[in-house]
Amino acid sequence: MALDRAKDSASGSYGTPRWVLVASLIGLVIAALGVTVLIDPHGGENLLAAIYERLGNAAGADALRNGQGDQFYAKLLLAAIALLVGVGGIWLLFTSASTIVERFPPKLRDRIIPWVFIAPALVLLSVYLVYPAVATVIRSFFDQKGVFTLANWESLGKGEFLEILRNNIIWLVVATAGSVGLGLTVAALFDRIRRESLAKVFIFTPLAISLVGATVIWKFVYAIQPPSEPQFGLLNAIWTAFGNKAVAWSTTFPINLPAEMLIMIWLQTGFAMVVLSAAIKGVSVEVLEAARLDGASERQIFFGIIVPLIRGSIVTVTTTVAIATLKIFDIVFSVSGGLNHDNVVAVRMFQEMFQFFNDGRAAALATILFIAVLPVMILNLRNFRRQAAM
Amino acid sequence: MAVSTKAVAGSSSKSRFWRAPMLESLPLRISVLVICFLWTLPTAGLLVTSFRNPELITKTGWWTALVNAFQPGQWTLNNYINVLSGDNMATAFLNSLIVTIPSTVIPITIAAFAAYAFAWIPFRGRGILFIIVVALLVVPIQMALIPILKIYSGASLYGTFVGIWLAHTAFGLPLAIFLLYNFMSQLPRDLFESAAIDGASAFQTFVRLVLPLSLPALGAFAIFQFLWVWNDLLVALVFLGPGKDVQVMPTALYNMIGPRGGAWHLLTAGAFLTMIVPLGVFLALQRFFVRGILAGSVK
Repeated sequence: MALDRAKDSASGSYGTPRWVLVASLIGLVIAALGVTVLIDPHGGENLLAAIYERLGNAAGADALRNGQGDQFYAKLLLAAIALLVGVGGIWLLFTSASTIVERFPPKLRDRIIPWVFIAPALVLLSVYLVYPAVATVIRSFFDQKGVFTLANWESLGKGEFLEILRNNIIWLVVATAGSVGLGLTVAALFDRIRRESLAKVFIFTPLAISLVGATVIWKFVYAIQPPSEPQFGLLNAIWTAFGNKAVAWSTTFPINLPAEMLIMIWLQTGFAMVVLSAAIKGVSVEVLEAARLDGASERQIFFGIIVPLIRGSIVTVTTTVAIATLKIFDIVFSVSGGLNHDNVVAVRMFQEMFQFFNDGRAAALATILFIAVLPVMILNLRNFRRQAAM
Repeated sequence: MAVSTKAVAGSSSKSRFWRAPMLESLPLRISVLVICFLWTLPTAGLLVTSFRNPELITKTGWWTALVNAFQPGQWTLNNYINVLSGDNMATAFLNSLIVTIPSTVIPITIAAFAAYAFAWIPFRGRGILFIIVVALLVVPIQMALIPILKIYSGASLYGTFVGIWLAHTAFGLPLAIFLLYNFMSQLPRDLFESAAIDGASAFQTFVRLVLPLSLPALGAFAIFQFLWVWNDLLVALVFLGPGKDVQVMPTALYNMIGPRGGAWHLLTAGAFLTMIVPLGVFLALQRFFVRGILAGSVK
């Protein structure tokens, strides 16, 4: 067997045909040219200008180089190149590397091939996650001039930072509990109707909407007008109809905190619902039937049997939503930028980076988020170890 | 037991028996209707407003437009036309496509190769490397921003599409590898043995067998990643920057909120434009998405 394969590989018939290798290498060179166009800030315009020149349209080429003319076509050209390079390039890379290694002697080949397959992942993970995580922790202990200091961490225990940390904890508790609680309620209710999957779509669909989009949707609900004018925001229209004074829901502390958290809950409930609904359907009918025969009420069945049985799913959903909530950025950033005592860690970190240019403190804020997810990481590892052992 | 359940419930569905008493209850039906209505109301307001005459938007509530739906001068498409031409939304739309499609395909490809090696090709250090991948699953993106930004300004990758592709790819990799590994490791062993006997190389086995068989998992992650990248604001703001020629749709929408909180006719139209593609993808491929969520979290 092994001898056969060795012979095959020597004669070149093992593995991928040679033309694939040649074609993918040529493709890679073209893709590399495409990358140079993409990295150049005016790559699209310059390329289209060159094409126009070839076609004898000097005026069009000049206009493009001066930032005018057919900018939109330049963008379309760039988009086409981007898609070809981005989608095709990665495949060409794997194909050519694999076909080259396939031509090595069998022993060497079998040892190298797994590394060809995992190398891109390992490189990206090291450069984009492992190294930065270490660098960020270290950065949090240094000031602008590169001198060791604890000031970044000490400042987090004072004034507005205490408020920021408090807000994050409120978010973590309220938004997470709200999403999971509502998700569980909805899953339990919808489980008992006929058009279940249709009803679920309504709750589920907000998951597809961006947090910025959702913020615009809700800002419109929360909109406020001066008392002399009609309230077109839904909430204030209802609120003033009962004789109350209009409220600036999204900008008045402390009502802005629940107003912002409601946006997150609105989005995340669908996620909790889907997972918990699947878990509820997994509860064995025999158990439920036994409980019914013993005369348990629906309420007792739900809290006494279903909830304990799906505890595992509830825990996973809660951790997933909690991690997303912990890193909340878009909502607070687009409602007001955290100006009304509603700031959170991720937004402040962004502001430290781009407004106050204080990377050390930004790094300390990021590290806080990292420390907060550490227990989940340890739990994940432990679960994985246990699974792998079985 | 199972037989008696079927007999009592009189239906083939497994859980009908205990559901039966609630099935026709009126309060339950009403509360379900109310929940669905409340959940849809905010989006409906946005959608209706985006088609309204700008002069009417701040004079009357959007719900009044439904009552007077057939009066002349109620509806217009101008909000969309204006926001597409005036607020760079058309360019932002193209940019979003340029950013999102490669940022979805590249991580899936890289993760599929890696997951295949982790699941089926023995090599030294496999266990510990995979444990590192699992550990990276929950590392907050925030930990990566400062050092990567420093690298990018040095390598002139800041504000480029290639730069943001690589960032999104790396941030999506741990989950992608984890999901695909879980799926691929369940494939039957015989498959790989017979492929080896036929003299297929590891690469050929991957392309001809593993990829087609893993389509459900690949599809599920693809939708995940597509929605995540399309809707992302933070990574785009940090690595693409505020430049108008490279801004993606969430950035463009965010920039509209700032200076003109009052221009609701443009803001609502813009918001709806950013939502069209993800909503379409989502509603068309819901089933894959649900499967992905369940695979990713019920573990």
